[in-house]
Order: sequence, then structure tokens, then C-alpha cells
Amino acid sequence: MPALAGPFEDSVAKFANDEFSDTEAAIGEVAASGNALASPIISALQDGRLSADPDSKKVFITQTDGKIVDATTGAAVDKLPDNAAAVRLNNRLRRTVEAALGGLTLLSPDPAKRLAAAQSVFKSHEENLLPTVESALAKESVKPIKQAFAEARAAIILFKPDASDSDKLDAVAVVKARGDQEALALLTGLGDQPPLVAKAAASAVSAIQSNLAMWSMVQNAWYGLSLGSVLLLAAIGLAITFGVMGVINMAHGEMVMIGAYTTFVVQEVIRTRYPALFDYSLLIAVPLAFLVAGFIGVLIERTIIRFLYGRPLETLLATWGLSLVLQQAVRTAFGPTNREVGNPSWMSGAFELGQITITYNRLWILCFTLAVFAILLAMLRYTALGLEMRAVTQNRRMAASMGIATSRVDALTFGLGSGIAGIAGVALSQIDNVSPNLGQSYIIDSFMVVVFGGVGNLWGTLVGAFTLGIANKFLEPVAGAVLGKIAILVLIILFIQKRPRGLFALKGRAVEA
Amino acid sequence: MTPHILTRSLDRAATAFILIVAAVGVLIPLSNLLLPQGSMFQVPTYLVALWGKYVCYAILALSIDLIWGYCGILSLGHGAFFALGGYAMGMYLMRQIGSRGVYGNPILPDFMVFLNWDKLPWYWYGFDKFAFAALMVLLVPGLLAFCFGWLAFRSRVTGVYLSIITQAMTYALLLAFFRNDFGFGGNNGLTDFKDILGFNVQAEGTRAALFLLSCLALIIGFLICRTIVTSKLGKVLIAVRDAESRTRFLGYRVESYKLFVFTLSACMAGVAGALYVPQVGIINPSEFAPANSIEAVIWVAVGGRGTLIGAALGAVVVNYAKTFFTSGPLAPYWLFMLGALFILVTLLLPKGIVGTFNSWWETSKATNGSPDADSAAREDGVGAPNPAE
Repeated sequence: MPALAGPFEDSVAKFANDEFSDTEAAIGEVAASGNALASPIISALQDGRLSADPDSKKVFITQTDGKIVDATTGAAVDKLPDNAAAVRLNNRLRRTVEAALGGLTLLSPDPAKRLAAAQSVFKSHEENLLPTVESALAKESVKPIKQAFAEARAAIILFKPDASDSDKLDAVAVVKARGDQEALALLTGLGDQPPLVAKAAASAVSAIQSNLAMWSMVQNAWYGLSLGSVLLLAAIGLAITFGVMGVINMAHGEMVMIGAYTTFVVQEVIRTRYPALFDYSLLIAVPLAFLVAGFIGVLIERTIIRFLYGRPLETLLATWGLSLVLQQAVRTAFGPTNREVGNPSWMSGAFELGQITITYNRLWILCFTLAVFAILLAMLRYTALGLEMRAVTQNRRMAASMGIATSRVDALTFGLGSGIAGIAGVALSQIDNVSPNLGQSYIIDSFMVVVFGGVGNLWGTLVGAFTLGIANKFLEPVAGAVLGKIAILVLIILFIQKRPRGLFALKGRAVEA
Repeated sequence: MTPHILTRSLDRAATAFILIVAAVGVLIPLSNLLLPQGSMFQVPTYLVALWGKYVCYAILALSIDLIWGYCGILSLGHGAFFALGGYAMGMYLMRQIGSRGVYGNPILPDFMVFLNWDKLPWYWYGFDKFAFAALMVLLVPGLLAFCFGWLAFRSRVTGVYLSIITQAMTYALLLAFFRNDFGFGGNNGLTDFKDILGFNVQAEGTRAALFLLSCLALIIGFLICRTIVTSKLGKVLIAVRDAESRTRFLGYRVESYKLFVFTLSACMAGVAGALYVPQVGIINPSEFAPANSIEAVIWVAVGGRGTLIGAALGAVVVNYAKTFFTSGPLAPYWLFMLGALFILVTLLLPKGIVGTFNSWWETSKATNGSPDADSAAREDGVGAPNPAE
């Protein structure tokens, strides 16, 4: 073997021996060297781009762009020597190569890569990476990554046959603190362990399991809140028209659809004319949707519903017909297929909270729903129109006798309910397909919410929406999505038998009206 | 049924209606079978099936009119009873396929073989016998309506609340029947029928017979409804419709009356569905769609609620219009028309075609100086109730 300049060069030269044991040693030494060429060499080895000349003991890398460089110096080479051959690998070596690459990225300057490497080591718990992990752990200054390294180290120690019991017990504690599905998988796959460690691991497993069960409850609750907010948003306008006016508006879902299409039109205009404003598209769409849907609502009230007061069943049929007309009109104008409505940047993405992922659009919709609810409540409580609406709800004739123009209040109430449905459409366009059938999918659910919560009571609608949302999401993992929904419908039907006027029933004269 | 009740229940219009349905029921099949193909008066087979469908819809409309027009119960879930009756018949027809299916399994229908089921679910037992299936056609919708109505009417769920929960009921069934593991063929439903009682369902003779049977069922259903609404029971029903609390205070058990007509009406809807399935050759979960049930209600409204004849007429007229428009160049506008029909009928024609005609007839008679207007027409309780606010 010719004398070479240093230990790195010596190690690299071992690749040229064409012996698996030498290659394995070379991988370990190169990876531990910290040399800048270590990573290119080992990835070249993995891809079969590493060649060696057995005579000169020189090793070459064929780069992905076809250029050839000397593995020890990085200097460009014109062409491979004639008798150079690719360094061979077997399956065992391939695993070593992968682990070595993982170890190399452990030392990467990019924090995201380090974190990913630490996670993958946690899963693979490759024993020969222990020194690398330990040195990375010592050097690391970013807290979450340091934590990940500590967990990776613990994982390796747990699977290391010759680690001491006390080290293993510490490791169990670290993994237990991590507490997620992967920690559970690691601990359950531990195999034979000294009795003390096995006992600690078993208790850690049960602790993690109960922790995970709690998080899955939290997750279900979050999904339920999210679904509840969607239901509330869709039902809140209905609660006003149904609750205050006793009008069954089957075209309510179409008002939601109109709001969604308003968002689509606003975004189209912004895309073609003012692309910079895209992030503000929803802020522009909300008032517009309110106005468009509200205006259509007032129009409907003045031309159709006005003539049908006191005939709720006929109102139901007429508004159903109206919903068919509106759907078909939108289908004619915009086509029957789904239209693309984009998420602005502040609504895309997600963040982690403990063991659950929360998407920004769901979170914003929840906040938005609660805001709309609060504003509506304040409006009913503190404005003149709100006062008049409540008066008409409680006793229409007496309100009329006191000089309230009930028909004007009716028109405005219907407009308000429709406008809020339009706003709901803006929010729902972010999470649902914008198609002419959008409203249809919400109408039955909305009615269920209003009827369940009790007519004429906004708080009832709030409680109803969240109860149904959460109940639905807790039933889903047990019964499946469709059966869960059927169960909810059956439960509501049974509930209505028990309390025909909903959770929060109006009392007094209004009941028999 | 004593002759006395029969004669009382038959006024001139009712007799005319029965005679017309009977004539149609006999003439259309005869012309289809006896006249040479291509002759001017020969009714093609596809039209026999199409009109058979209309007649089934008319039975459904009749059943809705009985509860809505005379008892004020607006069911938005009657399509569910129709579909359940249809499924019961469909299950019989599926069992009749036997080993002629694609997979050739003598017991299991194709979709079960496809889903790798090794034996028939228990609720498919007995459907190889026509008598059992026919019993189920009445029993399943009737039982569901009985349970549903028993719960709803006893706790005094009325008006729009009832409408909404009936809609929820059919929606829940829609979701359930869409599931493959529910055992009713999932979203493909039941189809590829071969024969009924040994006769090929595709054959002209079978179709003609089915048409005749549908007309017969319509006549029987009409007679039953007519008998009920002209009896004392019918008077109580109308009282319930117009002033439920008052009727209860007078000592009538309102919920029992309601439960009786609701269950009877569901059985009628089931029969309509059972006759419908062999004529159209398929039953699938979309029959449970809430939209179908509401559409059936509008047939009644168009024809005239609380007139029975109007309900049947409305079903035929609206469905004929639907076929006419959806098959032509006007197809994209059909939903506009249907929607407008809902709005205009409720706004401008609240009594429907027959109801409006009846009141026009009455007033023109009155102005002609004939003092004793047809008493039966008055007893019908024509027109929508209009309770004060």
C-alpha cells in the first residue's frame, strides 16, 4: 500500500481494497472524519458513483452532472482510469451507508436538516451513530434540536445491548417525556431487557398510552369545535330568520353559496387586476358578500315571503323552489363544476400544539364565527333595529301597536339573516368546494342545529352547533363518518320527541304562534 | 266496506276519475299489445313503462295528499317510504335472478359476491318468496311510519318541526343505503332484474300487466282515501288539520288519528314504490334524497291539496312536464321551471288546479242561481288551511 498523506486519505484508500470489511471500516472512518468531502463520498457510494482503481488505490467520485473528481482532494479529473471499478456494496453495507449519511446530516449546518436527522436516528436507533449523536448533542445550541438529539441518544442506548441499567433507565425517562406515537412504538418494540428496565419501560408505555388517549380526546374536541364553528356559521343566519320571523327558508343554503361565489368573483378580479391585494381578498369579500346576499334576501322577502306569513309550510315549499332557481342560475352563470377559491397566505399552513396539528384556516374560521356571533348578539342587544327585532319576535301585534313598522323589520331581519349566510359563504369557501351544490350540503345540518338548539334563541344555536359538532367528531372514530352522522340524525330525531321545542325553548305566548 | 260507505264516498268527480283511470289502465296495454307496431294508435312499450311510472307517482302523491291535505301533516320524507317499498320489491327481484347473475351464484346477489360475502344476511331471508316480499312492501314502511309517528305525534311534534325531522329521517336513510356494508348494494342499488313471478320483466306483456296493476292500485288507493275522508274519521282529520288543540279539547285522541293516517299513507307509498321498481328496472339510494320527497309534495300542491284527484293529476302533469322538458333543448331550464312552479303555485294558486277549478265551478253555479251546490265538493274541505298568526 503506498504511503499517503494523512488519516482521511488512508481511510478513503480502503475503498479501493474491494473487501466488504474494509469498505465498512472506511465508511465509519470517513463519516467520523468531519471532512467536507465525507458527505459527497458516502452519497456517491450509496448511488454507485464511487469508483476505485485497485492499482493506484485512488478513489474517484462521478458527480451527478457527470464530472469526475478525486475523492481525497476534490480536484477535477479528466477521466476514470481504465481499470477503475465501482465500489461494491451488500445489503449490510447499504444499511451502514444510510446510517452514516444520517450521522453526517446530524452535523449539518442547516437546523432543519439536523432536526430531521435526529428524528430519523430516533426511529432507526443505529448503534454506530452513538458517538456522532453525542458529539452533536454537545455542540447543539438550539433547544428543540438538542431535545431531539437527547431523544435520539436515548433511543440508541435503549437498543444497545451493553448499556448499563442506569443509563437505560434514564433513556426510558427521556423517551417517556417525548410521549408520542413514535415513542410508544420504540418502547413497545424494545425486546428483551433487564427486569428493572423492562418494568420502567412498561410503566412508561402505559403513561404514554394514557397521554396519547388524552391528546386524541383533545384532537377530537378540536375537530368538533371546528365542525361546530362551521355549523354555527351556516346556521346562525337561519336562527335569525327562523327564530325571529318563523320563516322556514329552504334557500338559506343558497345564500351561503352566493357568499362563496362572491368570494370567487372578488378573487378573480384581484387576480387579474391587482394581484398584490390577494391576501386581503377575504377582507374585501366579507362586506361584499354580506351586501349581495343581504340584498337578495330583502328582495326575496319583499317579493315572495311577505305574502306567505302565517303559512310556514307554504313558505317552506316556495323557498325550496327559490333554492332550485338560485342554484340553476349560478350553474348557468358560473358552470356546474367547482370553482377555485384560494387561501390567502395567512390562512394556509398549520402549527403543532402538543400532539395535535392545528390548521390556520380552521382556527381563523372558529375565531371569525365567534366574532360574527358576538357582533350579532351585540347588535340585537344594543341597537334600535335589534330592539325592534326582539319586540317583533316576542309579540308581533303588540310591537305593531307600539309603532314599530313590523314589515320593515321583517324585511331587514330577513336581509340580515341572508347577509350573515353570505358571510358564512366567504368562510366556507376556504374549506369546501365552491359549487352550485354548496348550500345543499349545509341546509339539513343547519336546520338540525337550529331545531336542536331551540328556535328564537341565539345561545341555543351556539350550544346546539358546538354540541352537534363535538358529538359528531367523537362518534366518528367509533362508528365511522357516515354511521356517526346517521347516529347524530337519529339522536336529534329522538331528542325532538323529548323536547319538541329544542334545548332552549321560548316560553310564553310566542310558543303557540 | 259496506255499499253504503262506498256510495257515499263516490260523487260524480270521483266516479269519473275512477272510470278514466280504469279506461287508461285497460286501453294503453291493449293498444300496446294488440295493435300492429307503427300504427298510429299503438302505444310504444317505452311509453307504457313511462306512464306506469307516472301512475306510481300518482299513488305516492295520493298518499301525501291524505296526510297533508286532510290532516295537515307535511311529510318531507315520504320518498323514504316509497323507496323502502321499492327496496323490498327489489330484493325479491334480486333473489329471482338466481344463478343468472354475472357471478352465477345461485343464492347471493352479484354485489354480495363482489364484496366477498359468504352468506346471505339474515334480513334477506324470505325475499325469494313473492308473498313474503309483498308483505314486507307494506310492513317495512308501515312499521317505520308507525314508530316514527308514535314518537313524534305523542310528543306533539307538529308543523315545520315534523317536516324537518321527516326530512332528517329520509336523509339518514339515504346515507345508510349508500353504504356498501349495509347490504343493499350501496350506491349502485339493486338492478339487472330478470323476472317477476316467472315472467320476464322486460317483456311487453309483463310491462302491460304491471301498468294495469298500477292503475288498479291507484283506483284502490283512491277508494281507500275517499272512504276515509268522507267518513266520520275524515271529519276528525280535517278538524285536526284546522284546529288541532281544539279537537284535542273536544276529547279526540289527536295522536291516534294522526298515527293511523300516517301509517296508512306510508303503506300506500310503499306499494307505489314496489310497483315502480319493476317498471323502471332499478332502485338505488338516490330515491331517498330529500329533494325527491319535496318534489312529490309539489305535485300535490300543483294538483290541489285536499282534493285527492288533484294529487294524482298533479303528479302526472308535473312529471309529464319534466319528461317533456328534460328531454328537449329546454333541459337546462327545467330547474328554473320547477322552481318557479313551487313559488307560483304557493303564491298564486294555493288551492292547486283542481281546487281552483272547484271553487270556480261553485261560484259559477251560485251565480247561475242554483242554490244547492254539490254537497260532496263542499265536504272535501277544499283549500289550504290558513290559521291566523
